[in-house]
Amino acid sequence: MTNKKYVLGVFDDEEVLLHAIPNVRAAGTKIYEVFTPFPIHGIDDALGIERSKLPIAAFFLGCCGLAFALWLQIYTLGVDWPMIIGGKPHIALPAFIPVAFELTVFFTAHGMVLTFLIISGLYPKTKTQVMDHRSTDDKFVMAIEVKEGKTDMTQLSNLLRSNGAIEVNEKEINA
Amino acid sequence: MIAEERLIIPKKTSNRFLMMIGLGLVLLVLGIILMMTAGPAHHDAHGAAATGHHAVTWYERLMSNLWLNSVYFTGIAVVGLFFTTVQYVAYAGWSVLIKRVLEALAYFLPVGGVIMILVFLLPIIFTGHNPLFHWTDHSLYEVDNANYDPIIAGKAGFLNLPFYTIRMVAYFALWIFFAWWLRKQSVAEDLNGGLSYYDKSIRISAMFLVVFGVTSSLSAWDWVLSIDTHWFSTMFGWYVFASWFISGLAATTLTVILLKQAGYMKMVNANHLHDLGKFVFAFSIFWTYIWFSQFMLIWYANMPEEVGYFTERLGGYGGHYTWIFFTNLVVNFAFPFLVLMTRDAKRQMIMLKIVCIVILFGHWLDFYLMIMPGTLRGESGFGLIELGTALTFLGLFLVRFTKGLTSASLVPVNHPFLEESIHHHV
Repeated sequence: MTNKKYVLGVFDDEEVLLHAIPNVRAAGTKIYEVFTPFPIHGIDDALGIERSKLPIAAFFLGCCGLAFALWLQIYTLGVDWPMIIGGKPHIALPAFIPVAFELTVFFTAHGMVLTFLIISGLYPKTKTQVMDHRSTDDKFVMAIEVKEGKTDMTQLSNLLRSNGAIEVNEKEINA
Repeated sequence: MIAEERLIIPKKTSNRFLMMIGLGLVLLVLGIILMMTAGPAHHDAHGAAATGHHAVTWYERLMSNLWLNSVYFTGIAVVGLFFTTVQYVAYAGWSVLIKRVLEALAYFLPVGGVIMILVFLLPIIFTGHNPLFHWTDHSLYEVDNANYDPIIAGKAGFLNLPFYTIRMVAYFALWIFFAWWLRKQSVAEDLNGGLSYYDKSIRISAMFLVVFGVTSSLSAWDWVLSIDTHWFSTMFGWYVFASWFISGLAATTLTVILLKQAGYMKMVNANHLHDLGKFVFAFSIFWTYIWFSQFMLIWYANMPEEVGYFTERLGGYGGHYTWIFFTNLVVNFAFPFLVLMTRDAKRQMIMLKIVCIVILFGHWLDFYLMIMPGTLRGESGFGLIELGTALTFLGLFLVRFTKGLTSASLVPVNHPFLEESIHHHV
């Protein structure tokens, strides 16, 4: 197991944090992650996070659900065991639409949750390391990975403090 | 302090609107003359298809078109008012920058009201009954008459001339009154500022929503459902409302984009368009949902008194309306659904613009499909009369709409949520 070391800049105001992010990035520092108690508008853009590709997965999951629903109904009601229901043809598409709709939604919703868990690496029994517990309460925590020998700790600390961090801490995490 | 922004319509553009009306009227007259001269031959050609019905005259076709366009454009106008009030009641901030477009839509209401009341009443005054509405024929209610229709006679308590006229006048009176009242607050707020106008607007809006909840359904029954007098559908009020609402949203979005491209509304950005795009996307689906709910239950139950409505439109009259029936679904559901699905499509003006134009045409077609089979049977068409009437109405609508847009600042400068709208971010 290798240990990773992080420098944590603790902020107590989201506006200060939002202004600090571009300055820290402009200084050539790579921000590992920012932990906040609530979502902050514009923080994704400030951090340069690319848009999630989850909607693309959603579209294809929806297509799978639709295809499955249509296959299920056409095969069972039209091919495998045809029955006359309400005097309608065996394959009566309008009657299949509610089920097709529900299964499309079902596949999309559950598939997206699973996809999200997988791409986020949240498997069962995964232990999440919390950088600073106060980031679930009233503090905003910016984590920067320390590269042994490369990172100038004093300079980084000064950079964070000059941009409004009230504390600068270090933390080791088992990776 | 944010500066006012006045829209100036160049003389050339306002002349173009008047030319649109003029050209529409010329085409309309031309269409009528063509139909009068070609009348008998037309009858022979379609005699077999229209068994049991006399041939449609230019007069009936003109009436149907007048009604179709007035229902459609009045709907867009009242949706402008409806959407404004929804924004007030929801304490919405994002929509403040586009609010003046919504308010201006309602400027068509008085014109629509006058035309609709005249189109309904004039034929009754001169000929005794209105060709659009079968139930206005008084012989249907006379027990000894050969035309006696017990089903329609049973509806006489609701469908009778005095009550119908009172209702129609009441809808317009209420809608115009609320539009005027709300607009008055909005313009006074620009001049004087303060929160009192905003608070009052919320109270007016809440009242209007109650009124509109009732009148939107009632007007849909009166104006559209009563054309097919025997038929009934409990979904119909919602169905017409959904069609109006999506048309109104498309008209609003299109106007915002056109104004932006003309250099106005600079503070409206991709975030506002994104929200409008989401509304257009969502309410296309909402319309489809209502459409399908109405269709599927009737199709599945297959009861003679209900299913006639759809057999007329789907395969009836030698398949006259079948293509419109399916085009309706493709244009108003599949197209906006697939095109507006991505985030980028909703944030870029070009895609949104195309979709809005398609939807505006699509819902005109939707109303065509609601009104024409009941009035013209299998003898409707797309000719000079349709084109002329639609152009005339569009011209009239644009004249009133631009009047509304120019008569106040495009930016409601003293709206309490203006800052929030300017910094809107999704």
